[in-house]
Amino acid sequence: MAFSVDKIKEAQTLDGRLPDGPIEQKWDRRKNELKVVSPANKRKYTILVVGTGLAGASAAAALGELGYNVKSFCIQDSPRRAHSIAAQGGINAAKNYQNDNDSIFRLFYDTIKGGDFRAREPNVYRLAQLSLDIIDHAVAQGVPFAREYGGLLANRSFGGVLVSRTFYARGQTGQQLLLGAYGALMRQVDLGQVEIFPRREMLDLILIDGKARGIVVRNLVTGAIESYVGDAVILATGGYSNVYFLSTNAKNSNATAIWRAYKRGAYFANPCFTQIHPTCIPQSGDYQSKLTLMSESLRNDGRVWVPRKKGDKRHPNEIPEEERDYYLERKYPSYGNLVPRDVASRNAKMVCDEGRGVGEYGRAVYLDFADAIRRRGIDYIRDKYGNLFEMYEKITGENPYEVPMRIYPAPHYTMGGLWVDYNLMSNIPGLFVLGEANFSDHGANRLGASALMQGLADGYFVIPYTLGDYLASVDLPAVSTEEKEFKESQKAIEEQVKRLLSVKGNKTVLEFHRELGQLLWDEVGMSRNEKGLKMVLERIPEMKKEFWKQVNVPGSDKDLNKSLEFAGRLIDYFELGELMALDALHRNESCGGHFREEYQTPEGEALRDDEHFSYVAAWEYPGDDETTPILHKEPLTFEYVKPTQRSYK
Amino acid sequence: MALAGLFWILFLIIHLLGNLTILTGNPATLNLYSHKLLSTGPLLYFLEALLVIALVLHMIYGVTVFLDKRRARPQKYERLRSKGAPSKENISSLTMIYSGVLLFVFLVVHLLNFKYGKVYTVEYDGVVVRDLYRLVVETFHQPLYVVFYVVIMILLFSHLRHGFWSAFQSLGLAHPRYTPIIYAIGILLAIVLAVGYILLPIYVYFFVPLP
Amino acid sequence: MKKLNLTLRIWRQRNANSPGKFETYQVRDISPEMSFLEMLDVLNEELTKKGEEPIEFDNDCREGICGMCSLVINGIPHGKLHRTATCQLHMRHFKDGETITIEPFRAKAFPVIKDLVVDRSAFDRIIAKGGYISVNTGSAPDANAIPVPKEAADAAMDAAECIGCGACVAACPNASASLFVAAKVSQYTFLPQGQPERKRRVLRMVEQMDREGFGNCSNHGECEAVCPKGISIMNIARMRREYIKASFS
Repeated sequence: MAFSVDKIKEAQTLDGRLPDGPIEQKWDRRKNELKVVSPANKRKYTILVVGTGLAGASAAAALGELGYNVKSFCIQDSPRRAHSIAAQGGINAAKNYQNDNDSIFRLFYDTIKGGDFRAREPNVYRLAQLSLDIIDHAVAQGVPFAREYGGLLANRSFGGVLVSRTFYARGQTGQQLLLGAYGALMRQVDLGQVEIFPRREMLDLILIDGKARGIVVRNLVTGAIESYVGDAVILATGGYSNVYFLSTNAKNSNATAIWRAYKRGAYFANPCFTQIHPTCIPQSGDYQSKLTLMSESLRNDGRVWVPRKKGDKRHPNEIPEEERDYYLERKYPSYGNLVPRDVASRNAKMVCDEGRGVGEYGRAVYLDFADAIRRRGIDYIRDKYGNLFEMYEKITGENPYEVPMRIYPAPHYTMGGLWVDYNLMSNIPGLFVLGEANFSDHGANRLGASALMQGLADGYFVIPYTLGDYLASVDLPAVSTEEKEFKESQKAIEEQVKRLLSVKGNKTVLEFHRELGQLLWDEVGMSRNEKGLKMVLERIPEMKKEFWKQVNVPGSDKDLNKSLEFAGRLIDYFELGELMALDALHRNESCGGHFREEYQTPEGEALRDDEHFSYVAAWEYPGDDETTPILHKEPLTFEYVKPTQRSYK
Repeated sequence: MALAGLFWILFLIIHLLGNLTILTGNPATLNLYSHKLLSTGPLLYFLEALLVIALVLHMIYGVTVFLDKRRARPQKYERLRSKGAPSKENISSLTMIYSGVLLFVFLVVHLLNFKYGKVYTVEYDGVVVRDLYRLVVETFHQPLYVVFYVVIMILLFSHLRHGFWSAFQSLGLAHPRYTPIIYAIGILLAIVLAVGYILLPIYVYFFVPLP
Repeated sequence: MKKLNLTLRIWRQRNANSPGKFETYQVRDISPEMSFLEMLDVLNEELTKKGEEPIEFDNDCREGICGMCSLVINGIPHGKLHRTATCQLHMRHFKDGETITIEPFRAKAFPVIKDLVVDRSAFDRIIAKGGYISVNTGSAPDANAIPVPKEAADAAMDAAECIGCGACVAACPNASASLFVAAKVSQYTFLPQGQPERKRRVLRMVEQMDREGFGNCSNHGECEAVCPKGISIMNIARMRREYIKASFS
């Protein structure tokens, strides 16, 4: 039976456990309240950290440094490969090194506004405060950020912002920050504080006496189902953009860890808040396996345009200036090409829907560097974006120094995720969620260069404090993997694996995933409407049935079997897709990345409804897959930034 | 390995210079030069000992590289080929162990032939010295020996072509600006040494009559 | 553009302990716009439909930065295109009717897990010995407190670009990991932050490299040619310099 808005049961509102006091003192006050575990006792605790991206690796390293025993799990063959590595453009910090009147408050303000007033003020303020420490720490770790000739750090600007506060390491900032965190993690491995478990996929969260006490994972090499016990579990498993099949996420990025936690009772917040990144390389065919992002920083120097005429098939260099429509500069004179991501993406879709899109399928717009090359010289552009241009040329076979790039939006980041309180603990005691996997800091739209900031803030500077408070506050009797909770879970997982392998139908996992992805992209993508969302809620349960009848999962459960891994993830995507559609359907407003066609201003901008929807929608699993999930609201209050219609004009 | 190799290159240069005295056509030049060399006594023994030590170390390292390489890849590729520049892999770099072993074989033969070979004597101004010149001329009139010698010198070229720049790289003496120059010098040196040494038997075989 | 029909010879191996062999497959109507891995995806879909086991190969980001993809394509790790990881190699660089041989990275230190998937955890163990600067979280001074000359920062970044894919090992006739280790050693050698641990780092990392069973470097320089990031063997010379200095002090 399909989920329905009418059947949503509302349960009690959620308390984010926000600290008191003026916003600039809240984090300090909270830190003062937090209990501390003594050094001698820290080594008695085992912490399970799932994921080794910026959030997971930094958390595992920082906790190891404190003296906790940490077990760190990742799905790849090495912790260094987590998808944070692919972040290109940079990381924000309110250092005001450029003397352009940046400040913690301005970063806070930009982030709240960029998120279209759907994030918690205290969390975002703390993020802005911690941004300073992150840069200091990364530099101390030897992260080779770009520098000026004087030897001091360089900055660039990013979308949705009027100051230059983004620190970067060529187009590989995520890689360099992750390698810094990975190095710190491996140092703890060497010191015996952290043990790493690569090629493991978390398949279940184990609750004992209502507290998170362990995880069950599949060893992807041997196929063995393994159990691990801990005193707390930290999920830092990233976002769920791969629900759309085609996204900029790595092939192994998936939602399974957070989804299984959801099914064990963790609330899933704002699942419909997904970000469609405006500057990606367009799809080139049906075989396409993923989309590649081109850093938003390109919009610093690239100008976005489409032909004025519909269906203009001329070569871009032959279209004269007066027949080009630089639509972002035209519509948003003050931000121009640097409007936030949701605005840029939506406008690209609009001009393509009008029939003015370019490229083979008419689903692309130009990002043109001719002006910048004329103005600053080709060397300047090469120095700043060389590797991005190289990447573009490798994929498309076109030289962007001579021909404008073709770009189109693609799923990239998910603001939604597991609900956490101010201390980053979910509603399940002992289950902490960091980075993209949680919902906390970006509201309905994330600004560029903020994901790296959040992942590292959570891992290096928040969890080391808040985890100690939890451990010091609860009684944690010794448990072992022999408990029935572990045994039952293992059995259920083994059964599901067997079932998957036994269907032996005629459709591949990939075919199902493409189908689901297309459906979600069309109906729960850049713009949504009631009819489409209802259709999704009807269609997915049918798809699930077809899946269990027709899927063909080859191979065995005793060794490396990618098809089996993907099949398990797809089961969760079906369910997550339903929840995304339900969330999108219930939120009768447009905000940030959630654009409901019914709710827009006459100019086609997102129209929020603060009176009715200024809350976080956290969904509780009702205990079975057919019942419509239970809604918990966490009201959002804005004391420091007054919600207004966002304007980037 | 690098230091030992460079030391031997130095020796090869000096040795060649000494041998080139054969080209003067006057037996006395070579014979007196070698006599003078022998009469330095302890210094010569010291240098000879150094050469032996360097050679042994060089060989031990070389064989280690070879054995480690086999150990490090027990399952061979069906096909592994060079991607081209900036790679410096070539037939010379890939055959160092073989050119090295053959050079060693040559060295032994060479020593047995000359240093520990037949002793003719000749008298200059009342001083009796060994008539190496005669031995050289006799030896270089055996066609097989000449061919052997020429082939080995081509191997020497190959060995030095990779060995010279490689020694600097191994010692950490590399620089984007100077390494290409070192590489070029290496090739030049390899050519000069090989051609220089090849010149001798060819010259003797074709132009110097047997005594 | 014209579609391609190709013959693929692919190494199949059940696991580390069983012997492997080449199998031959045909793929048809391959678009030149496809990436190499997408071409393998197409083959795998066909194999699955035929009830055969798909070919396992490591991959993740598919945009050339995570370093998870590998493969030796026609005798060259990551294929013939320079500064390109396998995932960024596109089929437009192949000819219709071509036979493509695909092998795993081969080295004792990289045992095969299955088919084309190898275990590169030796790299993690090397990094654990010193591929970092030992600073605890929270103890850093202001980021601009230590100026770093732009040239030094750029040189450090050149070395730091290493994606840890292991192509250097795969391409090296000796299966040496010197370029990988040298890139990390170099990065920190250029930076003032890296100075306190300079000696200890190079000694420990090189020692671990040897322990993992990689071969020795004899300066073929093939590693630089296959490196998707074009990391220079100048770094290897620098590592040796560091190693020599550290050994004698």
